[in-house]
Amino acid sequence: MLAPVAHIFPLTTIRRERLLPLPGRITVREGQKVNPMDVVAEARFGENHVLIDVGRTLEITPAEAQKLIQIKAGDVVSKGELIARKKGFMSQTISAPDSGRVLLVGNGQVLMEVGDSLFELRATIPGTVTQQIDDRGVEITFNGALIQGVWGNGEMNVGLMLPMLTTAEGSLAVQQLDVSLRGSVLLAGYCDDPAALRTAIELPVRGIILGSMSSALVPLALQAQCPIILIDGFNKRPLNPTAFKLLTTNAKRDVTINAVPWDRQTGTRPEIFIPLPVTQAPPSPRDVEAFAPDQAVRLIRDPHCSEVGTLVSLRPGLTPMPSGLRVAAAEVRLDSGEQIVVPLANLEVLE
Amino acid sequence: MPASMVDAESLLAVDVGTVTTRAALFDVVEGSYRFIASGQAPSTAAAPFKDLGEGVHRAIENLQTVTGRRFLAEDQSLIIPAHEGNGIDSFTATLSAGPAIKTVVVGLLNDVSVESVQRLARTIYSRVVDTIGLNDKRKSEEQIDSLLRLSPELILVAGGTDGGATHSVQHLMETIGLACYLLPADKRPALLFAGNKNLANEVKSTMQPLTSSLGISSNIRPDLETENLLPAQHTLTDLYTQIRRGQMNGVDELSRWSKNTLMPTAYAEGRIMRFLSQVYDSSKGLLCVDLGASAATVAAAFAGELVMGVYPQLGLGEGLANLLRYTSLEEIARWIPFDIPVESIRDYLFQKSIYPASLPATAEELAIEQAAARQILSVGLNGIAKDFPSGQVRRAAQGLTPYFEPILAGGSVITRAPTLGQSLLLILDAIQPVGITTIIMDQNNLLPALGAAATHNSILPVQVLESGAFLGLATVVAPYADVRPGTSILRGRLVYQNGNESHIDIKQGALELFPLPTGQSGRLYLTPMHRADIGFGPGRTHTEGIPVSGTALGLVIDARGRPLHFMANVARQREIVKKWYWTLGG
Repeated sequence: MLAPVAHIFPLTTIRRERLLPLPGRITVREGQKVNPMDVVAEARFGENHVLIDVGRTLEITPAEAQKLIQIKAGDVVSKGELIARKKGFMSQTISAPDSGRVLLVGNGQVLMEVGDSLFELRATIPGTVTQQIDDRGVEITFNGALIQGVWGNGEMNVGLMLPMLTTAEGSLAVQQLDVSLRGSVLLAGYCDDPAALRTAIELPVRGIILGSMSSALVPLALQAQCPIILIDGFNKRPLNPTAFKLLTTNAKRDVTINAVPWDRQTGTRPEIFIPLPVTQAPPSPRDVEAFAPDQAVRLIRDPHCSEVGTLVSLRPGLTPMPSGLRVAAAEVRLDSGEQIVVPLANLEVLE
Repeated sequence: MPASMVDAESLLAVDVGTVTTRAALFDVVEGSYRFIASGQAPSTAAAPFKDLGEGVHRAIENLQTVTGRRFLAEDQSLIIPAHEGNGIDSFTATLSAGPAIKTVVVGLLNDVSVESVQRLARTIYSRVVDTIGLNDKRKSEEQIDSLLRLSPELILVAGGTDGGATHSVQHLMETIGLACYLLPADKRPALLFAGNKNLANEVKSTMQPLTSSLGISSNIRPDLETENLLPAQHTLTDLYTQIRRGQMNGVDELSRWSKNTLMPTAYAEGRIMRFLSQVYDSSKGLLCVDLGASAATVAAAFAGELVMGVYPQLGLGEGLANLLRYTSLEEIARWIPFDIPVESIRDYLFQKSIYPASLPATAEELAIEQAAARQILSVGLNGIAKDFPSGQVRRAAQGLTPYFEPILAGGSVITRAPTLGQSLLLILDAIQPVGITTIIMDQNNLLPALGAAATHNSILPVQVLESGAFLGLATVVAPYADVRPGTSILRGRLVYQNGNESHIDIKQGALELFPLPTGQSGRLYLTPMHRADIGFGPGRTHTEGIPVSGTALGLVIDARGRPLHFMANVARQREIVKKWYWTLGG
């Protein structure tokens, strides 16, 4: 059976395409090292549009209006510049309401693009630009540790990671938080205290990494300006041991949190990157696996949510669960040594 | 190769869901169509595969294992027509996988074409992100900016009666055309025009180059009094396929195999409901509820007229995190027979939204999932209730569920419940039927297949439905009575085929089960008291008795009250829910 995969990798190579939503200009060159916040490409676009209906304004037919229009598509016009003039005893003029570019002229109407906005595409991962992709973006290659999360609040930042826990159970508590943590990335097991989360956000910190969080804190987390990423999900559980070990081993290193929401269609997940020096590019992780014995797995649902273990064997047929459901299941030996039966649907291969 | 499925014998039907892809085989056995077997596999439409073909092939391979018959050739192509015991004669495909389609609806008057086009949007897996109409106070350029910012995948346009004024619709089309022109070519939406027919040609010539695909259908509001969504729904299925083709790999192959009849799962379900309501001439409506990971679908048909609601925001998968926008934790908690803090219920909903394919392993988690399912179906049914055709709907009292016969239910949370009693209780609680009805369960997920096959082969759905492929779960009598709990409201007897009798004495608030196994039949003699209504009017009955067919659970009399009343005391309510579970077998 096909297995969902989550990457919690001490050393790997990741290649990511970063693409503009519309054609633009690439601002980095191949081989250039980039930080997550660096702009790798940019595109200009009109902020708003203005539709000038010459015919309706001058109370004439579209055909008549069309003859009076004195600009053409592509023209750049300044605020107040003449668009159309109706001659006569009572001459009437129509001027550009704002500076901008004429997109279309026809049927006695003028469509203008006004306001010049710049869209800046950031690298979002630390690494090296390995490819320029036409006028749309770049491919960036990263070497280091990768920890994929399950939920993110949409923000991104980089900072020094400071563990707020000595064991995987450690929760984020108000008492732990003081100004010395300002500008750092906090790591904790779980958070179910709104005061602790609010205090951390307001310090401010540059990011918060949690194993799990109470779902009641989602609105607060979504308002935060700093990235907040959950590694295991929504409950009150310790950080999974694999991620705990990897993250605490890399304490006091710069980490990048890209807390994008998980998009199952595209495969985009919230992620933590920790750049590490390599002499030779380590292998890239596999995204597709089938369940098999000896795989490291994470349990994603209660009663053992966020625990990790080793898949011992796949059970034939369907196995009844305590819920009464009969499901495809596997024997899993937890890190604690306990061996349990888990629905395959509740396992994720860690790789 | 048969020219149409009327000539065909075997049918392979594939349904691609968000979590599971299923392949079902139908064939002729002893001169009649039968459901033979099904195979399933995890869906692969999303990352990392991003190709639904992988899941389709695996589901068909599983079906091959079950049946010992080959459907796929060495090169993984479909063997069609059947040859020497392998392959199939015809193929249908339905699809519900994929994110809800970002849709903008456009019409003229809010309570006329805008309302109709919104109803049209609700018949597919869509998410309406903006509505543009005559009452819209925004300027044209603001509407253009909104369209550019939202970058919809689909625009549905209605407005203007046939032969009526065209100027207002032209003006709206101009705005939409400009926005489409300004969008990058690869981001242009599909567009369906279902407005004033006099504008159809003009819309076609101007919008063809500005859209990813264009559909023109007859007017959904040809005059102010008439609404006809049917032709537009049909055209919309083509656009749906086109949009999905651009979003995920494998759609092309599925479309080719099905000879371009790939359709949204919900559309196929709606189609079979409409078809059945025409075939089975019932004075009541037919109701179908289907709760999957991608959406909740509620379809009601009254003498051939279909009312449908497809709610991608109410699926049992990713949508669960949004469920609390439509209901409250307390409303979910009241269905749970365990003492579970509401915080844990919310955490459950969010965790399940992260892992839509995961399953409840504990009794407590299962109870939360089933409770959420009750609320989703209830919200879904309420969502379409206002659209029921007033002239054809009969109900015991205002605000209650109309009389339906039968009620069909699908979706794993219902059909894969550990006991049939749990399945039934979930349906009864969510729908709260009134009167006498039969609850039928689509435990093999066949309704979409039958809906897809129905246009070309009207015999297959009827014969498969009558073959026992669907599970008759229970015959339900749900009286409506305005009396205090504990008051006797129904007395009578159930006379079995063999002459034995069960005496019935039902008090308001009771839930009782009288076994009447599948294959047996009986006659039900009931005397309503205190003006209780079992569907014949207050205090009225059929003195000659009501024929009852045996079902898996038998006859269930649900006198718990309509609408269901909940105790203010949470602990007491929990005990009552436990009793309901216990009554129907746990």
